[in-house]
Amino acid sequence: MTTPPPGVYLDHAATTPMSSSALEAFVAEASRTGNPSSLHSAGRAARRAVEESREAVAAALGARPSEVIFTGGGTESDNLAIKGIFWGRRRTDPLRTRVLVSAVEHHAVLDPAFWLAGHAGAEIVLLPVDREGRLDLAGLRAELAEHADEVALVSLMWANNEVGTVQPVREAVRLAHQHGIPVHTDAAQAVGQVEVDFAASGVDAMTVTGHKLGGPVGVGALVARRDLPIEAVLHGGGQERGVRSGTLDAAAIRAFATAVTEAVEQRAERAARLAALRDELVAGVLRVAPEAVLRGPDPSAGAASTGSPARLPGNAHFTFLGAEGDSLLYLLDSAGVQASTGSACQAGVPQPSHVLLAMGVPETEARGALRFSLGVTSTHADVERLIEVLPQVVERARAAGPASPRAMTGGVV
Amino acid sequence: MRVLAAMSGGVDSAVAAALAVEAGHDVVGVHMALSRNRDQFRTGSRGCCSIEDAGDARRAADVLGIPYYVWDLSERFEDTVVADFLAEYSAGRTPNPCVRCNEHIKFEALLDKATALGFDAVATGHYARVVTRDVPDAAPTRELHRSPNAEKDQSYVLAVMGPERLERAMFPLGGFTSKAEVRAEAQRRGLSVSAKPDSYDICFVADGDTRGFLRSRLGSLPGEVVDTEGNVVGEHDGAYAFTVGQRKGLGLGRPATDGRARYVVDVQTSTNTVVVGPAELLSVDRIAGTGAVWFTEPAADWVEAEVQVRAHGSPVPAQVRAASHDGGSAGGSAGDDPAPGLEIRLTDRPLRGVAAGQSAVVYRGTQVLGQATVSRAWRA
Repeated sequence: MTTPPPGVYLDHAATTPMSSSALEAFVAEASRTGNPSSLHSAGRAARRAVEESREAVAAALGARPSEVIFTGGGTESDNLAIKGIFWGRRRTDPLRTRVLVSAVEHHAVLDPAFWLAGHAGAEIVLLPVDREGRLDLAGLRAELAEHADEVALVSLMWANNEVGTVQPVREAVRLAHQHGIPVHTDAAQAVGQVEVDFAASGVDAMTVTGHKLGGPVGVGALVARRDLPIEAVLHGGGQERGVRSGTLDAAAIRAFATAVTEAVEQRAERAARLAALRDELVAGVLRVAPEAVLRGPDPSAGAASTGSPARLPGNAHFTFLGAEGDSLLYLLDSAGVQASTGSACQAGVPQPSHVLLAMGVPETEARGALRFSLGVTSTHADVERLIEVLPQVVERARAAGPASPRAMTGGVV
Repeated sequence: MRVLAAMSGGVDSAVAAALAVEAGHDVVGVHMALSRNRDQFRTGSRGCCSIEDAGDARRAADVLGIPYYVWDLSERFEDTVVADFLAEYSAGRTPNPCVRCNEHIKFEALLDKATALGFDAVATGHYARVVTRDVPDAAPTRELHRSPNAEKDQSYVLAVMGPERLERAMFPLGGFTSKAEVRAEAQRRGLSVSAKPDSYDICFVADGDTRGFLRSRLGSLPGEVVDTEGNVVGEHDGAYAFTVGQRKGLGLGRPATDGRARYVVDVQTSTNTVVVGPAELLSVDRIAGTGAVWFTEPAADWVEAEVQVRAHGSPVPAQVRAASHDGGSAGGSAGDDPAPGLEIRLTDRPLRGVAAGQSAVVYRGTQVLGQATVSRAWRA
């Protein structure tokens, strides 16, 4: 295992240490030379490593090997899905210009969608979510009833990266497929945390990334049904079904496959441990910081249809009334606890999270957000340390108040 | 001490942060985001507001091994510095936004938040010196002094912070005598901003086009340019864009009858009129100020000092005293007034083109005694 960062690291949803076996696989493959596209023996050896990895990833995710397209990570997979499916669908039917995405998607989905709106005549429909961040299926149903003939695709994440909400992906697929509309899901946060089965879910394309589950950064996959029309975003040597050109990174791919296999194999056991630790963290935070509000689903709830929990087991997310997220972050960091505000940053400028705003959280409250995310190296002692330092941190951050006087006019008490 | 280093992304603040680290302080770098719609790259001579500048600050913090944060002060900046800039020009005065930024942003919003978060001081890359002087049977006092680098000296724009805020300010570049020396220090530490060009312009005014910025925010307001007799001698696009003492860009159609150069001698925003006249009308030897700040006990009676009315102007000999209100007479009650005034009489020679809205900073030698915002200037 790569060493976890020193101190208390509660930001595994940002990135989590690489597993020992993934690191070994990476080093072993990186110390060999060979382009998987070459026909000679060096190329064949690399090709074999890539194809065995493809089979392993497919097996772990309930997909067929031919459905696995290796990419440079989650953002690339999302871009390929949104742009590639949009263009693929529009080629056969130019009227299909609507892209339906949930309002709580990651920017790697939202931004390519809005790029298409600005550059390719797409119309983006942001599907509303409830107070826990879960897609409002009635909203999707109504949108499809009215505009099904114009919809190119639906994109709904498997689980939210900020508040951990597991989405009703199967239900969304059922609705979309009634109209023959393909569904993409970003499962970057879900694999290794909850059960993810590509075939059983019915989705047409699925984003997976390495570094959220014990693999390296910079590698991932888009799992896509073979009959899904999808245009290439990167053109060149024609690798990966011609959909994603570029020399295959055999070392990263092997490490990724090793990590995916391990994460899925050990999922149930790890998830149970993380959920217990998370429950302890939530109870502790609410005990010592009365102004904290847990955002997202009740950790003890289950999602109705799948037997999956309603919330990712390693996720806890709070807003702290009257405090600013970046103050909390700084004070925690100086006390040796590393967490995240969970919100999108533009060059490091904290903006209130679009996820929280979509959930109906007022802007003033959304500014005081903190996400704690647990992973394989997290321990009981980590949680204890957080609970120990949190009261002073919150008190001090509340004293520092919001940076902007305008933010104070919103009724914070 | 726990020190917050304000890091713009430029070489001065990076070296200031480095010196604070080397002095043994526990330093955290903070970049202030002052605009919501920031340019990706730095253009021209604006030196603080692009995403590239934020990246340069982050890179410097990484080299120094200190934590780095971006604080969004853009709304506060718009509500104070930019709003004041527009209001002052609208009223026919000439504001100094760097003074207002030091007053409301760096040494108020930033300093207050830093203090609340447990920092003992804010360090900036300003060129000015803090001199600590022992006082018998009392806590030592801190004095604000000019930088030994006369060309770079920024004590003029810092004077507005007053003595309480100076207690928590740190200017690690105070002893530097040249910019080249600062650049060499940056290079020696491997700071990649060592060769970054200096910034000059107002950071929120693109291309240094103040008149264009004012027009875009205040609208076009055509009116007349008149001479001191009231004869119309030209037209303008908005009296607010003119400054007393201005000579260039008046766009006057015909020369003055006596052939002499004409200057703006008055900006009357109530009638949207710009008055032009000969240079001698600009000479003043009396100045009244408002919002006076003192680093020493306010002078109840006239004291000898020097006064500087522009960021890069020269100090001139003067007598100053506290006034109960701007232009009023002195009195012991000055300290109780919510907007204490300052009276200045120039004793050696008059000054030209002292515009209302500018800061008048009072020095004795290198030491800053106080400052006020010019409300009126006239010839006695």
